[in-house]
Formats: sequence, structure tokens, C-alpha cells
Amino acid sequence: MNAPLLSINNVSKKFGAVVALENVSLHVGAGEFFALLGPSGCGKTTLMRCIAGFESPDAGAIALNGADLSGVPPFRRPVNMMFQSYALFPHLDVFENIAFGLRRQGEAKDAIDARVDELLAMTQLSNHGRRRIDELSGGQKQRVALARALAPRPKMLLLDEPLGALDRKLREETQFQLKEIQRLTQTSFVIVTHDQDEALALADRIAVMRAGRVEQVAGPMEIYDRPATRFVAGFVGETNFIEGRVERNAARGPGAALVSELGRIPCEPGDLPEGAQATLSVRPERIGVAREGDGIAGFVENFVFRGETTLLRVRVAENVVLRAAAGHGERYAIGDSVRLSFPPGAGTLLKDGPSA
Amino acid sequence: MSAAASFARRATLLAGFVFLYAPIVILAAMSFNASRLVSVWGGFSTKWYAALLDNEQLLQSAKISLAAAFVSATIATLLGLLAAVALARFGGFRTRLLFFGAVHAPLVLPEVVLGLALLTCFVALGVGRGFVTLVIGHVTLTMCFTTVAILAALRDCDPTLEEAAMDLGATPPEAFLRVALPRIAPAIVTAFLLAFTLSLDDLVIASFATGPGATTLPMRIYSQVRLGVSPQINAISTLLLALVAVALGLAAAVSYWRGRRK
Repeated sequence: MNAPLLSINNVSKKFGAVVALENVSLHVGAGEFFALLGPSGCGKTTLMRCIAGFESPDAGAIALNGADLSGVPPFRRPVNMMFQSYALFPHLDVFENIAFGLRRQGEAKDAIDARVDELLAMTQLSNHGRRRIDELSGGQKQRVALARALAPRPKMLLLDEPLGALDRKLREETQFQLKEIQRLTQTSFVIVTHDQDEALALADRIAVMRAGRVEQVAGPMEIYDRPATRFVAGFVGETNFIEGRVERNAARGPGAALVSELGRIPCEPGDLPEGAQATLSVRPERIGVAREGDGIAGFVENFVFRGETTLLRVRVAENVVLRAAAGHGERYAIGDSVRLSFPPGAGTLLKDGPSA
Repeated sequence: MSAAASFARRATLLAGFVFLYAPIVILAAMSFNASRLVSVWGGFSTKWYAALLDNEQLLQSAKISLAAAFVSATIATLLGLLAAVALARFGGFRTRLLFFGAVHAPLVLPEVVLGLALLTCFVALGVGRGFVTLVIGHVTLTMCFTTVAILAALRDCDPTLEEAAMDLGATPPEAFLRVALPRIAPAIVTAFLLAFTLSLDDLVIASFATGPGATTLPMRIYSQVRLGVSPQINAISTLLLALVAVALGLAAAVSYWRGRRK
């Protein structure tokens, strides 16, 4: 990663009594595809609007290329935004929508024509330049919005739930297009989304936000495999939480483990002290499922066929149900008794207590 | 539906229209009556229209009315636009509700009260009454209507469009001019025409607000009718009617055209 293009330092923002952002610090590199992921109301959109200049932070600073952006109005920021509703100008055609930013910059007519044609081609809209906005399909509108935001060659593109309005099939196709366009234009993309799959699929790095705070910033794999908090583990992907107490010494077995009501589960304790209360987060596909052998005994309470895997809900104690994924071809029926095993390193030990 | 029921419906509709418009049709018809008497049809004639051209007083009043309508509608539309922008775009400023109420109050205020208030005010300030005070009175009367019409359109116009324009490098005034204004232009035209016809029709406010030398057409007609109905009055009334009908027709055409574009 290059020197950060965008630095957000200790930014806070309140709307009346509601805290939208609390001490948020983030850095986004040039050419990076960055995602702000979180549930609605977590402050991700507010943060994006602060970057675009539509909101000003109560405290903290946002700098682009080292230049402080505070007090710089949206129309002077080299940052463009693709709005969730697309916000296309209905009284202008596709061409004029895309040319809008270039015309504001006072570019020559030939340069504008060339740039718009280039973007129309990039977004596969070459034959649609003279179409009216209300004649376009949802996917075409989305591409016009993208082209319009990219046209003035922003240093950074902000995308607010760019795929939110598309249907599922189109969304996947568009994800690839977005990635391709980002690669071609070498522009930093910052995407706001509540959809974890979208963030995992698109972004180089993800910031998971919750209640105005950043919980974790990391690459998609690390977010998934090594969540920093219980919230991140629960929000990104499916997981099981097992609460217990850390046992560091090897007196009763090899290596460290979490002692829970289900028994002793070996795991990596990190810097948690002996005897600390902790929660183990284990992804369903990391749990081994077998009909017999070692492991925690339980019975299949329900299952969902997912194609590649079958997700089992296994009752292992009177009030504990674990989700485990059985591989392709393994068939289980409701009521089958199974054994669940935890290979070493299967889960992540989280220190925050059960309240979180 | 049976034929009888269908007939009954049509008859009801016809009765309603007759009730509403028969007097106006009679008025217009009588303006083409060659006879001076309303009760006698003396054959078709346009002589009363020709006579109008020689009636200096009436023509002068018509000019004053048209000029006052044009000037007051222009001012009321501009002020209405500004008020609507403040109400729709500036969020919840502290006195917003008060401002909203103050702008809309003339909608429900009795015209006589408004007229009397204007008169009292002009007298108290020592302002000589004439064309200027007439225009001020009409702006006061019509601004609430223009505000309502423009505000409705502006509320339909998504503010994120202006944000998008600003994001793409347009200053806030430029964003408004290039994005919001084209969208609310039909409403502005409608508001202007509405204010124009309201001003043209008004008798009450004009009676209080204007002075000698600036007698409006409705005032002239009213004062002449008290001396007896002249067919000339029928003729000028018919012309006034035609003018209002054209203005309202234009307004309807504008909103139809706007609906088609959506």
C-alpha cells in the first residue's frame, strides 16, 4: 500500500444527542478498494458524507493527499460520490449526465466528448448516450451513475450502497464490473455497504463499523478468519459463539484451551490471561462433523441444504445449538446423532464478555 | 349499466354544468346582442366590442389592470420562489413554523380584512395610494398562492439531485439553477399565471389599496353596473373571461406537458 491518500483522524460527529461517529480513524491508500461495512445506523453513511463534504465533523480532521479538507465545500473536493438513489438528472440525457462534472470544470468540448465516449464504452452504454434517464433499466442507471461520478477523474470515488437497488443475479455481475473498472481506472474506491458478502467480494480492506466506532480494519480474509470482536464475528458471516474460561497451561491436555459447558476446546489464547472469561467464535464450516468418533455429541435438529454444503443445526446440550456445515455428499436426517470436533485453530478467541 | 341510469348520470352532469356556467354563457351571448336590452335578442352584432375601443375610461382601466397583474405576478412569483426554497431546503430553522404560517395566512385571511389592513397601513405611513400600492396589495394577496404552488413542486424534487450536482463541481446556486430550476419551471409558470389571474380578477383588495388615477377594470365594471348594465360591460367582461380562460388553459397545458415528460 502506498502512502495514505485519505487520512481520517479522530473524527466525531453528533446529530443532536445521537452520536453518529465517535473517534473514527482510518487510512485509505491510493488505488485501494476500501469498504465501510456495518448495520444501518452505524455511521458509515455519515462518514462517507463527511468525506464528500456534505457534513462537517464536530471534531477531528479529514485530509486528502495530506491537505486538510475541513471547510472545503463539496464542489471543490476532488472526490466524487455515487449516490444510493443514483441521483441522475432526469431532465438531461445519459451523455449530458456524464458530461455534467466535466462541463463544471470548463473542459473543452472535444475533451468532454472524448471522455464521455470513453466512459460510455467502459460501462457498456455506447449506444445509449442520447437516451433519457427514465428509459433506462435499473442496471443501466447504475452504470450511468458510476460513469458520471468517474468522469471528472476524481482522486477518490465514494459509492453509497452501489448495488443495493439491483436484483441478486445482476448484483454479482456488477460486482465483477465494479472491480474491473476500479482496476482499470486506478482510482481509490470507498464503498459503503451493509452487505457483508459485497464487502468481502469487492474490497481490498474492510472497516467494520458499529454504533459510530470502527471495530476492525483488515483484509477480507482476516476479517472472516480472525475477527477482532464478537460483533465482527457475528456480523460477517455465520458463526457459533461458545462461552467459557481460558486455560493456558497444559496440565490437563496439550496446549491451551477454552473450558466451556461443552468440554475442553483447544484454541489459541492470544494474550488472554489464565482463567479469563472469553468467547470462542467458530465458523460452521470449520467444525468437523462425523457420525462417530471423538468430539461433542449431539443430534441433528434441523438442516438446510446449501448446495455446496449442508448446514446442520446440532443440539449439543439442552440449551446449546451449534451450526456446523457438512461437506457435499454427506447426508444427514433430522434426529441423527453426530459428533462435532474442533480442529486446532478452528476458532478465534474473543475477550469481550457475553454481553456484547 | 342500463340506458336509463346512463341517461340519468348524463343529465345530472349537465344540470351541474348548467348551474355553474349558464350565467357566464348568457353574459357572453349578450355581449353579441345587437339590442341594448338584456331581455330582448336583437340579432348578432359586435358593435359593443367596437364601442369599447372608443371608451377611453374602460381601456385605461384595462391597461392598469393588466400592468398591475403582470408586475404583481412577477414579484409574487419571485418572492414565492424564495419563500419555497427557504421552506423546502433550509431544514428546520428556528422560526420555520412561524414563517410557514405567516406566508400561508393570506390564504384564509378574509380579503376585506387584508384590504382594510393595507389601507390602514398606507394611511398610517403616509403613502399616497395609486399604482404602486395596488401592486403591493396584490403581491400580498397572491404570494401565498405562488409559494404553495412552487413549494409543492420543490418538495417533489429530490434534494440529493442538487447534492449530486455540487459533488460534481457545481456551486450551490449553480446546482439550484441547473438541476432544481428546470424541474420546477412548470410550477413557476403555473404560479405566475395563477397570480396573474388572481390580480386581474381582484376587486376587494384593489378597492382598498388603489387610489384615484389607478382604477382597475373590475372596479370600473362594478361602478358602472351600479348605474345600469351596459352591453359594453358584457363585452369587456367576456374579454376578461377569455383572457383568464387562456391563462388557465396555458397553466393546464403546462402541467399536462410536465406530466407527459415524467
